[in-house]
Amino acid sequence: MFQLSNDAKQKVLTELKRYESKQSAVLPALYIGQKENKGHITPDVIRELSKVMEIPESQINEVFTFYTMYNKSEIGKNHIQICRTLSCMLNGSNELTEHICNELHVKLGEVSKDGNFTVTEAECLGSCGTAPMMQISKQDGSSRYYENLTNESAMNILRGLK
Amino acid sequence: MTASASETKYLSEFYHLPEFKNLDGYKNNGGYVQLPKALKMQPQEIIDLVKASGLRGRGGAGFPTGMKWGFLPKNNEPRYLLCNADEGEPGTFKDRMMMEKAPHQLIEGMIISSFAIGCKKSYIYVRGEYDDSIDALEAAIAEAYKAGFLGKNILGSGFDHDMDVYRGAGAYICGEETGMISSLEGLKGQPKLKPPFPAIQGYLKKPTIVNNVETLAAVKYILRDGAAAYRKFGTEKSAGTKLFSLSGNIMKPGNYEVPLAFPLKDMIYGLGGGMKAGRKLKAVIPGGSSAPVLTAEEAERALLDYESLAQMGTMLGSGAIIVIDDSKCMVECLANLMHFYHHESCGQCTPCREGTGWLDKITTSILAGRGRLSDIELLLKVADNMKGKTICALSDAAALPVLSFVPKFRDEFEYYVREGKSKVKGTAFKTPSYLSAGAH
Ligand SMILES: Cc1cc2nc3c(=O)[nH]c(=O)nc-3n(C[C@H](O)[C@H](O)[C@H](O)COP(=O)(O)O)c2cc1C
Ligand code: SF4
Repeated sequence: MFQLSNDAKQKVLTELKRYESKQSAVLPALYIGQKENKGHITPDVIRELSKVMEIPESQINEVFTFYTMYNKSEIGKNHIQICRTLSCMLNGSNELTEHICNELHVKLGEVSKDGNFTVTEAECLGSCGTAPMMQISKQDGSSRYYENLTNESAMNILRGLK
Repeated sequence: MTASASETKYLSEFYHLPEFKNLDGYKNNGGYVQLPKALKMQPQEIIDLVKASGLRGRGGAGFPTGMKWGFLPKNNEPRYLLCNADEGEPGTFKDRMMMEKAPHQLIEGMIISSFAIGCKKSYIYVRGEYDDSIDALEAAIAEAYKAGFLGKNILGSGFDHDMDVYRGAGAYICGEETGMISSLEGLKGQPKLKPPFPAIQGYLKKPTIVNNVETLAAVKYILRDGAAAYRKFGTEKSAGTKLFSLSGNIMKPGNYEVPLAFPLKDMIYGLGGGMKAGRKLKAVIPGGSSAPVLTAEEAERALLDYESLAQMGTMLGSGAIIVIDDSKCMVECLANLMHFYHHESCGQCTPCREGTGWLDKITTSILAGRGRLSDIELLLKVADNMKGKTICALSDAAALPVLSFVPKFRDEFEYYVREGKSKVKGTAFKTPSYLSAGAH
């Protein structure tokens, strides 16, 4: 069963003291939990956080389900989020998503067979002037923007990640 | 005319210098000169100066900043300043540039503003995806503490102030000020009914001022140059410069700083380098995806200020200009936006939750070639019923694109429904093969 490491527990405790209200630590704590569990959150993660924070599971769960950056199911080592909103769409994001999914043999939301990739579509990521673009997040939560993409440049980036 | 269009780099004067990001580079270019000056003034003098400057909120609604500050209770009750760096309005990417290139500019503006409103604690709520912005701000805040610009008894003035960054977690609705407050409280980011306005009851039920990144960054310049100098830019009611985010089908997309009332056509054909070879302008969304669309002919005569755009039935919003050329299908563009609003509705209010669902469904079914002529009227009717009835403005924001796209480009909608394909592209939208039930 999933357990928070001591280091993670300490980090959660620090967050609890960081803000004027204890409840404000729920969002940062969910990030810590997600990082500990290979990039997604399960009921076990919430149970552990609830114990450390002394905040009811139901309250943490409600927050978890509201926000898109907490992953509801397993993700690959590289979570590729392709922006789909208007400025990116006008610059070919549909075609880019199609190309990437075909090349990686995945559909949206799936983990590739080798466990390396999950592709999803994201709503506007604030990179409209360098469209189309994708954000790639690692299971530890670190992430990076890749902008002004073409089908070729995107695949070169992905091949470099494996 | 257009060929000579140039920027007015006021806030963005030093953004080309990589060192402007760091404390030393910032100080070498006029940084932290206004803060000591401000700390020797009376707080009310600063508020009056901001009022006199005509500065209006750069986050979308354009509310006069000094007036908003004036709504705070006149007592010693603890209060908060919350910087809105959620930047979720499609087409907008200026705040990200400001935070990455000039974090100290925002921080200095926030300390001065906090002193003016008597606030000891401020937060910058940054959208969760903006890793680089968060890193830049955290590093800069640490530098500012070390240099004595934050913390206890700042520069011997007796004024204490702490500042922290809060990371969002992916929800457009947290850009709405009361949604942001809920989120900062560690809850679902659901907006709350106003009144009470945040200036009376905000974070943890305490008075809270919410201002956009660009608004707060501008404060220091008003202090430096005075209200009259600031008013030299723009018009009587739309004073100052503004950063516009230009994107879509345009040769040179990017952020451009110009005085308000700058002609939209100079933005597109001058600074933006015009349309791609062989393409013609069809439509422009002038203020973020929620702003009603302009036809090419309207865009030719539009000026980029609050009043001029309101007169044309649209708005300046966040200053995000999305350009659409003649190779693009307006039905597809509208369907794209309706998917966005449906995804982002927080679901509290029935007209918004149900309405965005219907708009998404109807536009998607038209795209798939399954539309009927009656669907066009239905779109207008659903959108009309979403206006002015909800807790926050997202519902209106979703309705406005429909109420402008459909009447202004009706022929494209009717053709699509009649022929089952796009008038512009000659084909129907192909449902992509990558779609699956996968949930994220
Ligand atoms: C749905 C919705 C989304 C919003 N998103 C943002 C945003 O991302 N950034 C922002 O500064 N303001 C946003 N606003 C406006 C804020 O509610 C608020 O008016 C603004 O932060 C006030 O700051 P200002 O007066 O400096 O503009 C949004 C409003 C709505 C209704
Ligand atoms: S209008 Fe929509 S987004 Fe705003 S509070 Fe109501 S349901 Fe939520």
